[in-house]
Amino acid sequence: MNPQDLALEAERLAERAAALAHHAEALAMTSSSLAAHAGAPFVFLLTTFVLACFVGYYVVWNVTPALHSPLMSVTNAISSVIIVGAMLAAGLAASGVARGFGFVAVALASVNIFGGFVVTQRMLSMFRKKAK
Amino acid sequence: MSQDLTELLYLIAAVLFILALRGLSHPDTSRRGNLFGMVGMAIAILATLAQPGMSLAGYGLIALGLLIGGAAGVFIALRIQMTALPQLVAAFHSLVGLAAVFVAASALNAPEAFGIGTPGDIHLESLIEMSVGLAIGAITFSGSVIAFAKLQALMSGAPITFRYQHPLNLAIGIVIVLLIIAFVATGGYQPIFWLIALLSFALGFLLIIAFVAPGAPQPIFWLIALLSFALGFLLIIAFVATGGYQPLFWLLALLSCALGFLLIIPIGGADMPVIVSMLNSYSGWAASGIGFTIQNLALIITGALVGSSGAILSYIMCKGMNRSIINVLLGGFGSEGGAAAAGGAPVDRTVKSGNAEDAAFILKNASKVIIVPGYGMAVAQAQHAVRELADILKKEGVEVKYAIHPVAGRMPGHMNVLLAEANVPYDEVFELEEINNEFQTADVAYVIGANDVTNPAAKNDPNSPIYGMPILEVEKAKTVLFVKRSMATGYAGVENELFYRPNTMMLFGDAKKMTEEIVQALGR
Repeated sequence: MNPQDLALEAERLAERAAALAHHAEALAMTSSSLAAHAGAPFVFLLTTFVLACFVGYYVVWNVTPALHSPLMSVTNAISSVIIVGAMLAAGLAASGVARGFGFVAVALASVNIFGGFVVTQRMLSMFRKKAK
Repeated sequence: MSQDLTELLYLIAAVLFILALRGLSHPDTSRRGNLFGMVGMAIAILATLAQPGMSLAGYGLIALGLLIGGAAGVFIALRIQMTALPQLVAAFHSLVGLAAVFVAASALNAPEAFGIGTPGDIHLESLIEMSVGLAIGAITFSGSVIAFAKLQALMSGAPITFRYQHPLNLAIGIVIVLLIIAFVATGGYQPIFWLIALLSFALGFLLIIAFVAPGAPQPIFWLIALLSFALGFLLIIAFVATGGYQPLFWLLALLSCALGFLLIIPIGGADMPVIVSMLNSYSGWAASGIGFTIQNLALIITGALVGSSGAILSYIMCKGMNRSIINVLLGGFGSEGGAAAAGGAPVDRTVKSGNAEDAAFILKNASKVIIVPGYGMAVAQAQHAVRELADILKKEGVEVKYAIHPVAGRMPGHMNVLLAEANVPYDEVFELEEINNEFQTADVAYVIGANDVTNPAAKNDPNSPIYGMPILEVEKAKTVLFVKRSMATGYAGVENELFYRPNTMMLFGDAKKMTEEIVQALGR
């Protein structure tokens, strides 16, 4: 291979490298704009969700069968943490319709929160040990 | 308050919720656990209130909602009878489902409040999560309403099925998925949102309607149908308020009508404890779905906890009946059971029956008695009488224990709560695995209001619809005292051969009255 060919080859390689770099830059820009667009990354939320499923799985298997009814009512009460979303809608939304929906959801969820915890407390207060 | 601090507070709330569930591993720690739950909820609510940008009117709305809902919740929770717990829980589940629908609706109308875009330009993934959350929430709602109606005996407890039911449900499910795709593709087109809501409601109704529940058929069935109509119209009003779309309006009306009809066509199904647990699970997944939509970690974590908790309970209930969840979902017992009972029971078998005096005599001379309560005890409100009986026996030096089958009652752990209500110490109450070996050393098994869970056919008769179900082996006790209203078959519609055994004495009568009579006879 003569030096001229080598030089040509090197030049072509350099060109290709430049093109690739350009392409990479464009990709990086789109991806960063995508990330900004997406808010909290979905994968992060999904990770949290899956880990929480496992935590729930192990914690709930430890619940004694005698307390399965209180378990249901307390899980019911805490799932009403959905009230957080309802409150944001009622308090932050610009649209009147959205605030209306938010208000209804706040009312529904608070029935559950208060009702759920109170009825759980009632149940649990009845579980007593043998008087010795 | 900075965004980081808010997130941190949500995390603390989620941890407290986990501790609340952890506390339920033992009755001693359970009350503290419940307290953790309350504190966690308070933190989550306060952290949200402290978010910047809340308007004064917004605070007013929130306070009003909390006040109305909270008052109603406390009122109901304090008044409810412990026997009616399953209904209450079903009703509460429906509220979570409905709240999820409304939060999804407000997120669609005001995405800026949750930082997921602007009206008409919502982020793609938020749209997907929103419609999934909406669908699960709506199914949870309508399913729980039906479960409530069945448990409250507002409608026939008999399963309602019809030809092509499963294909129909499947079709609706597929249509919902297609609609979700259309919803996302059109960038959050309002009418599609409501169509998804409506169809998910319909699916929930249809899924749950196939399940068996106690209670005689009642004409109030029509009321439920009407209710579903009303619901359809409510949705239509909401739809119009959001800037309606004519053709869709009529489609909604039509669907509501169809829904009403579908509700009234009856046939065969499964069991309530599984369904209540399953709806519990759904309400969790709905919360999680909304959590994804509005990117809130507290909601995602809590929803996942509740979802897996409900799923585990459903699994335990299914195992208690030796059936797979698929089998339960596609309907089971009721229909086949009736046929088996009709074919398998010879008419000429004799039953030994006795009265309260006989029972009192046998009980007095026993040294070990195991009480097996079932839903019949709850219906008759006999738990207090049972405890009185146990107290007298204990004074006479008799060893008394309680045995509880996993699927006794209408929701997981229902019997334990009722016994606790009657001041039965929890350390005298045992689960199936713990006590099954003790029946052979017991002198008397006092079966009150339980039937199928004691049926030896589950072990001996491969043709029985309940074959393979784990049972309490009461037949191994020296004497079985079986309190029962009549010779009617149990919940599963299966004949119980236990009644004809030589060591069984039937005590015909109301569970409460019979127990009280035995108490009196013992006093003499």
